Amino acid sequence: MAGLDDLYQQLILDHYRRPRHCGVLDHPTIAVDQHNPLCGDELHVTLRIDDDRVTEVAHTGDGCSISQASASMMSDAIVGHTTDEVLAMIEHFRRVMHREVAADEDQLGDAIALEGVAKYPVRIKCALLSWMALKDGLLTHMVNQQEGR
Amino acid sequence: MALTADIDPRVLRLDFPILARVGDRPPLVYLDSAATSQKPTAVLDAMDRYYVETNANVHRGVYQLAEEATARFEAARDSVARLVDAPREGTIFTKNATEAINLVAWAWGVRNLAPGDVIMVTEMEHHSGIVPWQIVAEITGARVVFAPITSDGELELDWITHTLRTEPVRMVSVVHVSNALGTINPVAEIARRAHEYDALVLVDGSQSVPHMPVRFSELGADFLAFTGHKMLGPTGIGVLVGRPEILDGMSPFLGGGEMISDVRTDGSDWAELPWKFEAGTPPIAEAVGLGVAADYLRDIGLGAVRAHERALVSYAFGALAEIDGLRIYGPQDPDRRGAPISFSLPDLHPHDIAQLVDRERVCIRAGHHCAKPLMRTLGVSATARASGYIYNDASDIDALVHALHAARSFMGS
Repeated sequence: MAGLDDLYQQLILDHYRRPRHCGVLDHPTIAVDQHNPLCGDELHVTLRIDDDRVTEVAHTGDGCSISQASASMMSDAIVGHTTDEVLAMIEHFRRVMHREVAADEDQLGDAIALEGVAKYPVRIKCALLSWMALKDGLLTHMVNQQEGR
Repeated sequence: MALTADIDPRVLRLDFPILARVGDRPPLVYLDSAATSQKPTAVLDAMDRYYVETNANVHRGVYQLAEEATARFEAARDSVARLVDAPREGTIFTKNATEAINLVAWAWGVRNLAPGDVIMVTEMEHHSGIVPWQIVAEITGARVVFAPITSDGELELDWITHTLRTEPVRMVSVVHVSNALGTINPVAEIARRAHEYDALVLVDGSQSVPHMPVRFSELGADFLAFTGHKMLGPTGIGVLVGRPEILDGMSPFLGGGEMISDVRTDGSDWAELPWKFEAGTPPIAEAVGLGVAADYLRDIGLGAVRAHERALVSYAFGALAEIDGLRIYGPQDPDRRGAPISFSLPDLHPHDIAQLVDRERVCIRAGHHCAKPLMRTLGVSATARASGYIYNDASDIDALVHALHAARSFMGS
């Protein structure tokens, strides 16, 4: 039991049972799908960006407690931040999952509770799913902006 | 307690040192044999002994040691051929079942399929029974069609017959026992129907050969693929059994040493069967290990293995029924299914199930089981799967049930 408490912290279970920002936005700035080929988890993230700042986010999909909780925590963490700040948060979270840096609560908010997932290699992809979806969506959006689309 | 008269898992477990690993408290409950089986001491010792006492390359040296190595390697082929009642010249060592299927897809498919030809697979096929044919279809212009399954997870035989009658089906590639549903498919009947329309039949026996009597001579199929590591043998070795008259007409799959009778600058001639399909130095120790595994299974008797697993599945169905909302996929009749039991809970994702039961040292699989088309048909992204073997008994199922209850209370659902 002790070993798994790192993985299934109360905060994670709380986000899993009561996910924040669940659903799909109407007329989002960004809509992106991501799936985990290993376990078949699927995730749909929609995002509204006003003046280069994330003003609204929603996620929906089918996944395990870790991927669902991670999407919920990520959504909480990014609202109000600029796209550059969000990209930095994504990179920080990715490095935390690969145990390259310690988690910084200022950047990650509740998602700091996912730090323990890094000890379970197979589950890292579950935790990263929503963040990688977001990164995909943001980069595509930024390229489109630059090209004036 | 033993579930049948002929197999007592408590005794057999003594042959599997990993099941009594030092430091496992509680001891390991291994219910993932559909992914890979554990290996008995006899297999491990034989492989060790091969390297300690007999190691030399096969089919090359004239010295005595090399002859001993060749004899051990070829005796292993005899053991495997005997287990599935196949001709030795049609018993080819490959890397695994996937390579065995690829061998047929490339050596037969690429050279014999034409645009418009149809390759029939099934919705419950493992990816290894789908992807090689998709690749070959892309090269040849042939089409891959998927035989559908019923809501009970069985093949629609009428659809198969109708398609054989109305489409130019040249190959039927079908799994004997589904790794994800447990369904035992009537492959002999499918082979009979396919042959009426001159289609060849490849049976994927990865989940059947380790678990029940499979006689190639009675199967009626043209090819039978299976893998060593799911039948108590090592990884790195699999088998393709083929009808010699068909294999004779096929060109090699891989080229290199060992598979030739003559190599000239203007071309080469192929070795006799089965060596024509065994290019390069084979996995010799692995073959030796697989031969011992085949003998071990023959000693127990595959009829006894099947009876034991049927009883284990029957017990598991009763025990798992006590868990609220648990759904078991595939046939509900233990007579119609093999060892793998795929299931889901409405409130817990399969990943979480597998992770949480591991707290009680219960090893089960979660995921799509390399059968994504099937998962789509079932309307799920993943399932949890418990699969037993000769070393599992009712106490392992009880441990699983206990662990599932504990998982539920941990997640507070």
